[in-house]
Amino acid sequence: MTRAQLGQAGLSHTEPTRVERRRLSAATRAERRFGWALCAPAVIVMAAVAFYPIGYALYLSLQRYDLRFPQLSHFVGLANYDAVLSSGIWWHAFVVTAVIMVVSVTIEFVLGMTFALLLNYTPLWRGLVRTSILLPYGIVTVAAAYSWQFAWTPGTGYLANQLPAGSAPLTSQWQAVGIIILAEIWKTTPFMTLLLLAGLTLVPGELLRAAKVDGATGWQRFTQIMLPLMKPAILVALLFRMLDAFRIFDNIFILTKGNNGTGSVSILGYDNLFTALNLGIGSAISVLILIAVAIIAVIFIVGFGAAAPGAAPERH
Amino acid sequence: MTWRQTRWGAANLITVAWTLFPIWWLVALAFKDPATLADGSFWPRQWSWANFSGIFRGSAFVRPLINSIGIGLIATVISVVVATMAAYAIARLNFPGKRVLVGVSLLIAMFPQISLVSPLFNIERALGLFNTWPGLIIPYLAFSLPLAIYTLSAFFREVPWDLEKAAKVDGASQRQILTHVIAPLALPGIATTAILVFMFCWNEFLFAISLTSTDASMTAPAAMGFFTGVSQFTFPIGSIAAAAVVITIPIVILVMIFQRRIVAGLTSGAVKG
Repeated sequence: MTRAQLGQAGLSHTEPTRVERRRLSAATRAERRFGWALCAPAVIVMAAVAFYPIGYALYLSLQRYDLRFPQLSHFVGLANYDAVLSSGIWWHAFVVTAVIMVVSVTIEFVLGMTFALLLNYTPLWRGLVRTSILLPYGIVTVAAAYSWQFAWTPGTGYLANQLPAGSAPLTSQWQAVGIIILAEIWKTTPFMTLLLLAGLTLVPGELLRAAKVDGATGWQRFTQIMLPLMKPAILVALLFRMLDAFRIFDNIFILTKGNNGTGSVSILGYDNLFTALNLGIGSAISVLILIAVAIIAVIFIVGFGAAAPGAAPERH
Repeated sequence: MTWRQTRWGAANLITVAWTLFPIWWLVALAFKDPATLADGSFWPRQWSWANFSGIFRGSAFVRPLINSIGIGLIATVISVVVATMAAYAIARLNFPGKRVLVGVSLLIAMFPQISLVSPLFNIERALGLFNTWPGLIIPYLAFSLPLAIYTLSAFFREVPWDLEKAAKVDGASQRQILTHVIAPLALPGIATTAILVFMFCWNEFLFAISLTSTDASMTAPAAMGFFTGVSQFTFPIGSIAAAAVVITIPIVILVMIFQRRIVAGLTSGAVKG
């Protein structure tokens, strides 16, 4: 996703003032109608697939709805939420998800920054470096997850065989979470790298050269010139990777199926829908995940001043 | 080589090794002879095509592969066409509500997919869309449109205004300006967007396992997710590795050919902001 472009997409026009609005010419009205007509198909698809179902999920979450006995469905108020929030299973999945999110995004940030600097400044093999940094972005998550799974399977796996005999990392809770984090970092660092690279290219070269002439070390140039100038890009990159990491599903589904206490909240929701066939509880979990994601976004936008979606375009 | 070059070279080498390791591991497994699959060796001791011929015998992988290609291409074409119209309007026309549209479509990009799975599962069963191609294409459209609209509107803002004015002076209609002036100039952007959207559809897993149940519409990643246990193959590990290599090849080719474009597409909006 081109998340760095948020709120900056084509807002080149200023809104008409009140005086201008009063004398809207026929041409202006035609332009408006044409604009709406061009956007209509996109709006219809997004509304039909996203907003209507969210409303329906809210409705389902207030029902006792077991797929095996659909005729017994009835309204139960907030009972499903009560059942989810008072169960240790939800909170366990929540903690696992939060750990995966915080650890992987932190490491990705360091790694992504290193890659962005490498892409921008390396004097050698630029094409090769760019291709290999970009590759994981395109690789199907499921394929990469299988690669990690086979690598860590005792006997078959090259990596597992480097460990002491008898260890099976994918069956131990925190080692498995570590491998999930590793797989997540490998797959999503390119995205972080590109968002940071977008910020890095905005740092004026003259400024860095001037600082160098003045005797600033490489580290000083990085922390005192680059980082402050890249702040908007960094916040956007962190926000979007956090939101993305919170909904982690594919890697866990392949690596552990959520066994041994490695399931994320998305895995929990999926299991309730398709294994327990409990649409009511599953929908309540879905809505809670959406609320958690919204809280993360609000913290970033209000607390750290990350560019809000659709906000005025920012001049860096 | 100077000391400085050596250091850059070492950093480059580590980077390349880090990204290529899991990919190489899949290739190694896929080419191992089924008898040596479990030997844990980093390099195949005995190279063999057996795993590949295995997955292409029967329809357990071939049919999902066809579904993946078909669903991916159809969703990409529709998404790019719809997004081109919206992005043109956002980048070039003045109309109330476009800021809201930008914000709302971003919101959708941030939606946790799992939140939509339960309602979509029920709605699609009611409408007869469950386990059909359109049943996957429609959600893919909704989730790829925000990405496509952003990338495209960033590209569209680079198209020179003057040409549009000149066309207007020459008497072209808004519609003609879009199809005859803007579209050809924006083709590189459209191609880049198409690649990004196709990669998204090709990679998608959660909807693919939730909204399908048989070969009729199950995509390749979804089928691979269920290879283990229910597999009809003798060596699931070899089959999965071979299947993973097969679905990875098109992406590697796309990335190698279009690497500059992809980097530009994913960073342009931010740079030009």
